[in-house]
Amino acid sequence: MHLSPDNIIFWQYGFVKINATIVFTWGLMLVLGLCSKLVTRGLSKDLTRSRWQNLLEIIVTGITQQIREVGLVQPRKYLGFIGTLFLFVATANLFTIFPGYEPPTGSLSTTTALAICVFVAVPLFGISDCGLKKYLREYLKPTFIMLPFNVVSELSRTLALAARLFGNMMSGSMILAILLTITPYLFPIVLSALGLLTGMVQAYIFSILAAVYIAAATQPSNAVNNSEPNENLKVSKE
Amino acid sequence: MLIDWFTVGAQVLNFLILVWLLKRFLYQPILDAIDTRELRIAKELADADAQKADASRARDDYQNKHIAFKKERDALMQQATETANTERLRLLSEARQAAATLSEQRHESMQRELMVLQREIGRRTQQEVFAIARKALNDLAGGDLETRIVDRFIDRLNHLGRDEKDGLVLALQHSREPLLVRSVFDLPPAQRATLEAVIQTLLGAETKTHYEMTPDLVSGIELSCGGQKVAWNIDEYLASLQKGLEDLLSVTSATKTVKKSAETNEKVEQGT
Repeated sequence: MHLSPDNIIFWQYGFVKINATIVFTWGLMLVLGLCSKLVTRGLSKDLTRSRWQNLLEIIVTGITQQIREVGLVQPRKYLGFIGTLFLFVATANLFTIFPGYEPPTGSLSTTTALAICVFVAVPLFGISDCGLKKYLREYLKPTFIMLPFNVVSELSRTLALAARLFGNMMSGSMILAILLTITPYLFPIVLSALGLLTGMVQAYIFSILAAVYIAAATQPSNAVNNSEPNENLKVSKE
Repeated sequence: MLIDWFTVGAQVLNFLILVWLLKRFLYQPILDAIDTRELRIAKELADADAQKADASRARDDYQNKHIAFKKERDALMQQATETANTERLRLLSEARQAAATLSEQRHESMQRELMVLQREIGRRTQQEVFAIARKALNDLAGGDLETRIVDRFIDRLNHLGRDEKDGLVLALQHSREPLLVRSVFDLPPAQRATLEAVIQTLLGAETKTHYEMTPDLVSGIELSCGGQKVAWNIDEYLASLQKGLEDLLSVTSATKTVKKSAETNEKVEQGT
């Protein structure tokens, strides 16, 4: 029994190795990319459209709506990052229904990689929105004494993100494996279904938390920009 | 060690590639399609609003035209009614005038007929009375009527009033023409001699007398000189008879005229 798909190594040359995490991630990338390409190939811009296009539009607009509800007034700017986080984690967890599949998110390396991406993306989005000085000044608020605490907070939440996703995914896999040995028929099926739900919830939590962190980092500019959509909304309502 | 840093790096790279792939093949095309559709819907809504505004303007325009048409129709109707009323009154007035003219013409025609009739009746009456009187005188007195008329005329001359007598003498003195005696019949020589003797006695002078027959004098004789005239004829009696007859006829005619006028007015009123 493998605690992590990292341990399933297909090929290794010194430091470089191709393990199950990377291979299944490539598979997910291939599936997502191909599906997107296939569906968006004959994209209809009229009022009538295919059911697959409808599904993708619902997913994309749903993610956009969630990002906006978090407080990011320009959701399309963050859609690529947050949407990909959600789709990758959700797809990775959804594919656990296939036998022999090991979710890449069950690897602490993957969740760490995603958390590092969030860790890097948060200041990048913050700096791009507010500027470097304003973003760095946020670490000194309310006083400069809070600087170390703010830094630790940044690091700890990155760690928490990684550990939360990994813990949930790994535990799901672990419990499933243990139950398979104890009660091989009924409980694994039920737990697989539960694992699907947990996976979707984790995908949602991971992406929403990333959105919240980004929103917190870009809050000063959001506060300024927040007034504009409301005014536009009033105008449009009139 | 649960974390394999090579895998972490590879997964970061994989994730970034996936972000690029999904942006390229999923988000951008989907968002473009949504934007295009929303733009189209917005355009259609704007077009619909514009069409609605156009329809509203057209409706207002139609309503205004309808109101204007109604006003114009009412004005034309009122004008036509006034014209018809005016024409009706004019025609009515013309009809009344024509009726009045006809009535007047009829009245005048009746008056003329009445006068002719009266004249004819008078003439016939005179003739008849004269004939009857002559016959009666002949039967009763044994002399003809002319003799009695001359006797009556002589009697009238003898009993002439002073003023008439003086006027006659004065006229005879100033006139160069002889005395004119007009009668409806030819006076016999004996009666002429008697008459001349009476005149000479009356006027006190020798006078020339000229005799003339006039059918207009109904059974009478007339002496005239210089505008003065002394006469006796049956006309005086007949005039009284004629006056009574005229009064009777005029009363009858007036009653009929009033009745006919009332009927005519009633018909005209019913016609209007």
